[in-house]
Amino acid sequence: MKYLDEFRDPVIAKAILDEIHAITTREWTLMEICGGQTHSIIRNGINQLLPSHIELVHGPGCPVCVTPLELIDRAIAIASRPEVIFTSFGDMLRVPGSEKDLFMVKSEGGDVRVVYSPLDAVRLARENPEKEVVFFAVGFETTAPNNAMAAWQARQLGLSNFSMLVSHVLVPPAMKALLSSEQNRVQGYLAAGHVCTIMGWEEYEPICREFDVPIVVTGFEPVDILEGVLMTVRQLEEGRNEVENQYARAVAREGNRAARDLIAQVFTVSDRKWRGIGEIPLSGFRLSDTFSAFDAEKRFAIGEIDVDEPEACISGIILQGLKKPYECPAFGKECTPRTPLGATMVSSEGACAAYYAYHRHHPESATPSPSE
Amino acid sequence: MANFPSDGMDVNTEINTSGFGTCPLPISDHDTVQLGHGSGGQMSRELIQDLFVWAFGNPLLDDLQDSVVLPAVASDLAFSTDSFVVDPIFFPGGNIGNLAVNGTVNDVAMSGATPRYLSIGMILEEGFSLVDLKRIVESIRDAAAIASVQIVTGDTKVVDKGKGDKVFINTTGIGVFEQPVRPRPDRIRVGDHVLISGTLADHGMTILSKREGLQFEMPIASDSAALNHLIARMLDVGGEGVRALRDPTRGGVAAALNEFAETAGVGIELEEGSIPILPAVRGACEFLGIDPLHVANEGKLIAVVAPEVSEAVLSAMKSDTLGAHAVRIGTVTSQTAGMVTMRTGIGGQRIVDMLVGEQLPRIC
Repeated sequence: MKYLDEFRDPVIAKAILDEIHAITTREWTLMEICGGQTHSIIRNGINQLLPSHIELVHGPGCPVCVTPLELIDRAIAIASRPEVIFTSFGDMLRVPGSEKDLFMVKSEGGDVRVVYSPLDAVRLARENPEKEVVFFAVGFETTAPNNAMAAWQARQLGLSNFSMLVSHVLVPPAMKALLSSEQNRVQGYLAAGHVCTIMGWEEYEPICREFDVPIVVTGFEPVDILEGVLMTVRQLEEGRNEVENQYARAVAREGNRAARDLIAQVFTVSDRKWRGIGEIPLSGFRLSDTFSAFDAEKRFAIGEIDVDEPEACISGIILQGLKKPYECPAFGKECTPRTPLGATMVSSEGACAAYYAYHRHHPESATPSPSE
Repeated sequence: MANFPSDGMDVNTEINTSGFGTCPLPISDHDTVQLGHGSGGQMSRELIQDLFVWAFGNPLLDDLQDSVVLPAVASDLAFSTDSFVVDPIFFPGGNIGNLAVNGTVNDVAMSGATPRYLSIGMILEEGFSLVDLKRIVESIRDAAAIASVQIVTGDTKVVDKGKGDKVFINTTGIGVFEQPVRPRPDRIRVGDHVLISGTLADHGMTILSKREGLQFEMPIASDSAALNHLIARMLDVGGEGVRALRDPTRGGVAAALNEFAETAGVGIELEEGSIPILPAVRGACEFLGIDPLHVANEGKLIAVVAPEVSEAVLSAMKSDTLGAHAVRIGTVTSQTAGMVTMRTGIGGQRIVDMLVGEQLPRIC
């Protein structure tokens, strides 16, 4: 299959791996930002093939994982209302709130529907004028244009029964927050290819300069990730700190101009709370004043929601790349995809779920015994 | 369940379906299913005679007693039941009718038995199109003929509009053992080969592509098919070397192989590059973030066979249309007992897990 097979080619992969082995002279810690990349790394066993002194730590780029618990509870409260058709991408449905998940709302009679595009939610609003249709607008910059288009279309159509529960987050502020942390170990970033498809990479250039880290815009297939690692390690070995683009078949420096313009119309940058990490200034989107009529938080008076994360869950530390999932005492014991304690075990792109699904048979991911 | 005549135990409605004369529809004055079609009265009788008996008629069924009396056999029996609620009911490559026949035929055949008899239980929603019902019934008839099974008993209920979803079908099958081999997962041994009869995930992705809300067209069709004749060929050449058979329906190949690994206490290692997937199916899976190993098949089987018969069984499979693309995908190992692993295309290794809940498309 074109654009897939070449990037999964074992011969090419082997050649890149050989080169990585050849140029690596010391220990380096790299972080892949995106959960899709984490998934690909673990699923393809890429981490097993790299030199032992290159460590990949897994970043916070999983939208399901960083959506705050109180927002899940808010979604559940809105979805439970009889007048509401609540629409969401599929993998938000299984994320547990503090008492239940959206699947349970559905089984209790709530009208919760999986959509494949936010525009399907707009269509539902047109077809069901007597209902309030709410879309759970979650994601990074990647999904922002589609979600912006939904609000834009709803406004064009004059729909008064459509709204969005927005939990949009942005990658660069999180990268800066991680690099600013005293505990930071990250020396180079694989930037999230699909985020850059929309946003380009201009905004990463100041990060390189300020924090002296190389950043390589990287794709998702095994050869992409290996090449991204090679380019990052080469910069580190040569003492360079630049933005480079491995994912040239999809990403341009200025990104997708039309998409960025639409985002700028519909959304305004705002402070956001990240699950497991906390509040990061100017790290997300809210609906702009022009589109605030479509804000579900304003439309449905749910009131304050104050919740605590399960104490045993260290997903915040995992999301900052400070620990590997198998270093958590609950991993594979109390916490499995069937009984997740935190969102990193729920989403298929969460680091804990990826390790559990694909890698729990390996000695390094064996759960530490209580005495350890 | 009665052999079509009303058994009088029915709180809802009963359509007993026996005795068809010349072709049926339109049945009486209606073009949709009415509650009266399940009343046990005249309308029921017409539906049974004009549609079900017309389509399925055979000496055992035509007797129309409360239960059918089957001739005695000397062998053990295999007995299996399954219910079918697929939506949409018509899809490229089949419909709920042939799916219901093939599904149960395959379940019986996987034990090594030869499927002989089927029952058909139908739950119809009031208002369901009789034209569509006829199409389904004809497809049941045709599928049964291809699988060489007889429909010997049946039952129909009609539920109020809104209490069902067009049509639900239950089928139960009985098979007899015409040969001594009883493929079972506990017969799997380290060193055995894992074979698959063809491409993965065709059925599940076809259904998904036709569901509301996912409007994309794919040039693919369900693989729904009865595998009993293919199995007979395999057992002919493989004999006791055919250790275990499974049709990887819901949960896909991953679920079937995990059950094998767990039951036999062995590891199963797959070779990613050898797993056959149609390009369009693979594209759709990539697009939606779905693992084809988790997607349902309705006309494929996995066979674990002893290495010494592996080549012969594979050739026998390939000589059958339903096994034309049969291929070896893995090996039974003593490593990672109870687990299925996969050697990835680029040389890594990963676990192939069962799906936890429903397969959910990802956000991005």
